[in-house]
Amino acid sequence: MAFDLDRGLAETQDPAASSGYPDPPERMGFFTDTSVCIGCKACEVACKEWNAVPEDGLNFTAMSYDNTVGLGADTWRHVAFVEQPRGLGGQESGLTVVDVPGPTVERAHTRTPVSLGMPASGPGDGQVGGVPDMDFRWLMASDVCKHCTHAACLDVCPTGALFRTEFGSVVVQEDVCNGCGYCVPACPFGVIGKREDDGRAWKCTLCYDRLGVGQEPACAKTCPTDSIQFGEVEELRERAARRLAQLHDAGVGSARLYGHDPDDGVGGTGSIFLLLDEPEVYGLPPDPVVTTRDLPSMWRHAAVAAGALLAVLAAVSWGSRR
Amino acid sequence: MTVRDDASQTDVRMDDDPRLRPEREAVVGSAGRRRGPGRGERLMVPRAEFRSYYGLPVLNEPTWEAHDIAGYLFLGGLAGASSTLAAAAELTGRPHLARAGKVGAVCALGGSMYALIHDLGRPERFVNMLRVLKVTSPMSVGTWILTVYGPQAGLAALTSVTGRFPRLGRIAALGAALTGPAVATYTAVLVSDTAVPVWHDAHRELPLLFAGSAVASAGALGLLAAPLEETGPARRAVLVGVVTEYAAAKLMERRLGPLVAEPLKRGRGGLLMRLGEALSLTGALVSQTAGRRSRGAAALAGAAVLAGSICVRFGVFQAGMASARDPKYTVEPQRARLGEESHP
Repeated sequence: MAFDLDRGLAETQDPAASSGYPDPPERMGFFTDTSVCIGCKACEVACKEWNAVPEDGLNFTAMSYDNTVGLGADTWRHVAFVEQPRGLGGQESGLTVVDVPGPTVERAHTRTPVSLGMPASGPGDGQVGGVPDMDFRWLMASDVCKHCTHAACLDVCPTGALFRTEFGSVVVQEDVCNGCGYCVPACPFGVIGKREDDGRAWKCTLCYDRLGVGQEPACAKTCPTDSIQFGEVEELRERAARRLAQLHDAGVGSARLYGHDPDDGVGGTGSIFLLLDEPEVYGLPPDPVVTTRDLPSMWRHAAVAAGALLAVLAAVSWGSRR
Repeated sequence: MTVRDDASQTDVRMDDDPRLRPEREAVVGSAGRRRGPGRGERLMVPRAEFRSYYGLPVLNEPTWEAHDIAGYLFLGGLAGASSTLAAAAELTGRPHLARAGKVGAVCALGGSMYALIHDLGRPERFVNMLRVLKVTSPMSVGTWILTVYGPQAGLAALTSVTGRFPRLGRIAALGAALTGPAVATYTAVLVSDTAVPVWHDAHRELPLLFAGSAVASAGALGLLAAPLEETGPARRAVLVGVVTEYAAAKLMERRLGPLVAEPLKRGRGGLLMRLGEALSLTGALVSQTAGRRSRGAAALAGAAVLAGSICVRFGVFQAGMASARDPKYTVEPQRARLGEESHP
């Protein structure tokens, strides 16, 4: 099987079946609905606890409430915090001033406000009769390994340490990994990382040990708002589409799905996201492509170059007596 | 002033009806249409400025050390092309050039093996590379190429230096000569088969660049180590190699376009590329002029071309690293691609 490049890179939709599992269970994955994420980071904590992921710095990053910066060897769930001077869909503060007699409001408009030396709070500019809308929204999103249909990390791993599980997820075998680091730049999402003191590559396993006994991954289990949902990928895709329609109906035009499309550059992901802005705002690539898609072309170009090298060195040696 | 909550109804379900779906159906911002025009709507024109998450890279930066992996890109090229040049020299009756190539190749191979194993997070697990052969992994293919090439290159050098088993030595030299080009060029696929913008997007030109650089460095080694009457092939290899290297680099820059080629023109990568080109071109020029008559000038030219080749390999490496560190090299081309798809 290792010899069959075309089969390895085939546009198949069931990654477990195409990896050689004769009768695999349903493909499992995440649907992360960022519209209900409250940024509690319980997923980060649960992940670290369950998988015994080492502490990786308790830093103040000056990036809102984010102190884990991004996915890597020691961060398998990462909650992004984005602050934007922009409303969220049709959201309104819902605050209106009542019980103030009309004449009082009338008179207030003609008066010149006098400063009492108090710090400003509430409506400024002497405005009476309404609280202005807060043009502010806080996007929070829990990022995780995408468990791609066409996974570059898995393709390039030279030891076979990375493998496809029967659930369609991608897992590193830590007893095989020799820390070559090839998977790190291969990942188009910047998920997998090399633990420096340990020397090996680590990433989300979709809690392979929990899945085997019918449990859901720790992050999904702990998520208090069900922002992280675990299930069969096919069903999650439908669920995500329904949720998107619901949000669009509610006027949240900025909602969009990410990773749901089996025709994208990685064949769709096992982790689907509902985002409220462009993917790059959350640190996600807008159009990721599995690098091995171009591998046949790379090998062809290298073969031509190798042939040319041989021909040139033969020509310069036999071409002339001197 | 009394303030009343006008929208006390939220859509978050607080009941625990088992017939309800387990996930929350909270609908953010469902208070109805916003007042004021255009707020919250999707922009119809692409933003001029690209956006990112606090300017952080999208990719995780390669963990490869420059002196190991960029060093290996150079040493692997030098070894592979030297083996081929050595065999050609042997078959055309240039024993000194042949021996220089064989010994040079095995030294470069030794350096390569050291660099590759040293760069592993778990060096003692190097043999795990031999568990599988995966064509989807250029590193796996490369390991097997080196496994085939290495013993032959070693045997060729050993028999050449000791003068024993000449027939076996010749077979080994020929074997190394035929696998050498693969050693010299697969490294381009090795770096291209990543999500690093500069490396991946240059996957058509990099093999040619690496082949040219390898031919030039093998020739340069010949200029350094062989007597003048045998350096004809080395001199011509330097010329063809340097011209190929230069042309491939220019082609690559054009292919990448003004944005993604930036790390090859600016910063540490750009500096190394310019320095490499200058050294290589100067070395090639000297080798074709004074290098034809003077052994010293030939050696100087050889040293300059070798240094040039090193600079170009490190330049490509550093440019790739820089392109992985800045999200704009990842996001902007992808955005442009999406734009093309939606407006063909």
